[in-house]
Amino acid sequence: MQTLTPILSTITAAFLASFVEVVEAFTIVLAVGVTRGWRPALTGATLALVVLAALVLAFGPLLALVPIATLQFVVGVLLILFGMRWLRKAILRSVGVIALHDEEAAFSKETAALNQQANDRRADYLAGLASFKAVLLEGVEVVFIVIAVGAAHGQTLYAGLGALAAFILVMLVGLAVHRPLARVPENALKFVVGLMLTSFGIFWTGEGIGADWPGADLALLAIFAIVALASFAMVRWLRSTYPAGGLAR
Amino acid sequence: MNAIRLVAKEFLGMFVDDGNLALLALVLVAAVVAAVKLLALPPLLGGAVLLVGCLVILLQSVRRAARAIKR
Repeated sequence: MQTLTPILSTITAAFLASFVEVVEAFTIVLAVGVTRGWRPALTGATLALVVLAALVLAFGPLLALVPIATLQFVVGVLLILFGMRWLRKAILRSVGVIALHDEEAAFSKETAALNQQANDRRADYLAGLASFKAVLLEGVEVVFIVIAVGAAHGQTLYAGLGALAAFILVMLVGLAVHRPLARVPENALKFVVGLMLTSFGIFWTGEGIGADWPGADLALLAIFAIVALASFAMVRWLRSTYPAGGLAR
Repeated sequence: MNAIRLVAKEFLGMFVDDGNLALLALVLVAAVVAAVKLLALPPLLGGAVLLVGCLVILLQSVRRAARAIKR
């Protein structure tokens, strides 16, 4: 159980976080493919994947040189910042303070922008560039998530498998329905991912400063439960204190 | 070069959305590290302070955002 807990939580965190990012990248690539054809869409996406692979190959081996406690501390702090940012956004979206992310709207916006550029001589180049940027920017987040949730416990392979599973699932579903995955409950996913990343961050930062958490890896579940309960309490409190009528939807 | 700048900007944006939240979280971590290393606070207690502190900072951040919209 004590070895299974970090493996399962690593795979789940990497899968869910990557799923959200891959859906966002897929929406743009699909918009480019449908509007300007699949050649610029796939060329841009492939080039971005090559750049991402180069980044991983360049920086990945450097991690092995860092002592484990230092790595846990640095990755832990970065995960606290990263996770709390997601959690804050998810809480504010769930109470209506900021608008929900809409993949249909993102798809329409990208399609409209590409149609406007249709008469430009560089239309294919611009379309390829849009695809490249989308995959590169969302991919950077996926790479960080895989390295961050995997490296601190030597489970980069498991984290990578979680991300790969998310990539394959989004491609299969997206290509089968040939539409942006607008029905994905993105905010719920971001909420869970924010909870998981924040919990990982607190757990590893604690280990980095020398804390021996009671129950070892099982403490991760307890931290997750506390962060989740507190976050849901914040949502309830915000809903009662600032009713939706007074907030932007 | 443009791609590198884009990636660097995106990388920074991954951690900083509400600057106040990021700054307070970093101050909390620094305070906990200082307390553990310089004042001999037990590391486990430091971890507990980190957990509670992160939740307080998150509460303060979402409350501030909600109040700003309501005004």
